Amino acid sequence: MSGASKRLVAPKLDIDALIDDPRTRIIVCCGSGGVGKTTTAAAVALRAAEHGRRVCVLTIDPARRLAQAMGLTELDNTPRQVDGITGGSLSAMMLDMKRTFDEVVESHSDPERAEAILSNPFYQALSSSFAGTQEYMAMEKLGQLRAQSDSEGLWDLIVVDTPPSRSALDFLDAPERLGSFLDGRFIRILTAPARGAGKGIGRILGAGFGLFAGVLTKVLGTQLLADLSAFVAAVDTMFGGFRERAEATYALLKDSGTAFIVVAAPERDALREASYFVDRLDEDQMPLAGLVLNRVTRVRAPGLSPDEATAAAQRLSQNGEHRDVAALLGLHADRMRDAERQRRLAERFTAAHPHVAIAEVYALPEDIHDLEGLRVIGDLLADAV
Amino acid sequence: MPEALGDWPDVVLHVVSGKGGTGKTTVAAALALALAGDGRQVMLMEVEGRQGLAQIFDVPPLPYEPRKLAVTPGGGEVWGLAVDPEEALLEYLELFYNLRRAGGVLRRMGAVEFVTTIAPGLRDVLLTGKAVELVRRQDKQHATVYDSIVMDAPPTGRITRFLNVNTEIAGVAKVGPIRNQADSVMNVLRSPRTAVHLTTLLEEMPVQETIDGVAELEDAALPVGGIVVNMTRPPALSGGGTGPDLAREQVAAGVSAAGFARGSGPDAEAIIDALLAEAGDHRARVAMETVERARIDAVGRPVYDLPYLSGGIDLAALHELAAMLDEQGMA
Repeated sequence: MSGASKRLVAPKLDIDALIDDPRTRIIVCCGSGGVGKTTTAAAVALRAAEHGRRVCVLTIDPARRLAQAMGLTELDNTPRQVDGITGGSLSAMMLDMKRTFDEVVESHSDPERAEAILSNPFYQALSSSFAGTQEYMAMEKLGQLRAQSDSEGLWDLIVVDTPPSRSALDFLDAPERLGSFLDGRFIRILTAPARGAGKGIGRILGAGFGLFAGVLTKVLGTQLLADLSAFVAAVDTMFGGFRERAEATYALLKDSGTAFIVVAAPERDALREASYFVDRLDEDQMPLAGLVLNRVTRVRAPGLSPDEATAAAQRLSQNGEHRDVAALLGLHADRMRDAERQRRLAERFTAAHPHVAIAEVYALPEDIHDLEGLRVIGDLLADAV
Repeated sequence: MPEALGDWPDVVLHVVSGKGGTGKTTVAAALALALAGDGRQVMLMEVEGRQGLAQIFDVPPLPYEPRKLAVTPGGGEVWGLAVDPEEALLEYLELFYNLRRAGGVLRRMGAVEFVTTIAPGLRDVLLTGKAVELVRRQDKQHATVYDSIVMDAPPTGRITRFLNVNTEIAGVAKVGPIRNQADSVMNVLRSPRTAVHLTTLLEEMPVQETIDGVAELEDAALPVGGIVVNMTRPPALSGGGTGPDLAREQVAAGVSAAGFARGSGPDAEAIIDALLAEAGDHRARVAMETVERARIDAVGRPVYDLPYLSGGIDLAALHELAAMLDEQGMA
């Protein structure tokens, strides 16, 4: 039966062709949480650097030891050169979301106004805990790094890891959502009364505004409205700027020099998330390089089927001898079943997205926490083992 | 009343968190089944709009009202509910202000999006508020409707923020009705009726997140429950997998005794090579798990183990895992 059924084969994702192509200027690694995005981004960046590119990698939340391995001991929001690279160069940085937001404010206001914004309670909540701020600032930082690489020529490739959001789509949607909110109607309505325009706005909006204002006051209380008004007054000159900035970086993502790599584990949830993301990139005409299928179970003897292995293990157990070999045969059977299940999931993905190239990286028995480990991942990604 | 069970007799709200990829939805579902033994009524809720429960129980997407997901041999029932922030907002407005009809206006003004997707904490007040409402829910005879609530919660990296709602909304509402609601939710979340369980794998990053997560929860005075070590792979080899390497001759003898001969069926040499390599992988994995287990034990919380199931997760597997949690005293 298995011999007759036609297997769906996805095109192979050629990582080396991608990183060796000088037209590739930005690589974005996205996917759901816990699939190895950060490690993949670091491995791709390191491999590109050792292929002669001058690379900057922007990580969001690396594991402590991996961060140390890349020399990321302090969080100062600027790229630092990583030692021990041959060929090109590698700089790495960890995103400081609040610092990045503060810099945006400082660069768009005079010192006095900036001070007023930075000390506003609403701004402090916005810059440290609003949903979407991390995504917005990751995009902002990407835009800055790209501008810097154009003007100073320090890097020719930027690799970005994406924040651990509820959904991988948040990376694309959250900045726009937050930008629209900050520039939009709602925040202006909220603060209209304090700006002495309450009645006028009420008249424009017509019926419903009274109810609306009543609900807001009831639910949110007056404190929030006061903080908000002060914030809006202080950033008045920046209005229009928030959404514009989000849109500018969004446009950068559509650039032909950008390549998205979607990372997934061979599990139902992660692949479903990857599927949504791939569809979305397609819809928005964003350049997808392919899917990295991470932590795939490694099959070392594909010729020995799970049933054969289980039967052999039982024969040994019945005789009560070769206990370790029986155990190994049992482990092999489990592995084969895992690999089979993963293959079916991957095939289902390919059936829905036949043109998406895939690179498989098998699961390593141990964690990655040094450059050597990242090189191993890089080799696996490029199928160069 | 069914008898109080397990290590958490006072807990009504079980919050299950864990790093992404550690199987917290599976653990939450298994815990709900375990708690539903002895004729108990258990509500299993999800709050992130992922429809993970529908996937795992193989049912259509869950709506914003209870749906029966499973029954247990003891006559208990597990109900499922996917909390939608927008529905929760309208319900909240109706319940507290009799203002459901304001929904349309709020949506047009962008207020619904502000509350449900942008503002920190506001959304979380609604979601945790729903959990607390379920804890308190009574029928007409004033009997508690659900014996336990199990929440498939946001991941470890966000769980303290998610639950610590009154600190989180401080930036947007220091006083006012929303603040009062947050305080009332907080009273339940900080009480002995709540426990936050963390799911982990025996790998460096999930363990580190668990250790950090416990510290953060404790700093926020939120009640830390147990740690569920998921997908464990018990040492299969003699010497606990840490003994000396298996000799090639030893494996060759076993493979031969198992009936694999040169020249017939699968190649014996290839099998020996593969088994030796797989033995190496297994030992490396066991060694790592040993190190990580010591770090988990050092946290000093009750630890429950669930094995890796190579067949994947379905309802039968969930019942199997539930029985293990029950046996270990988690339910």
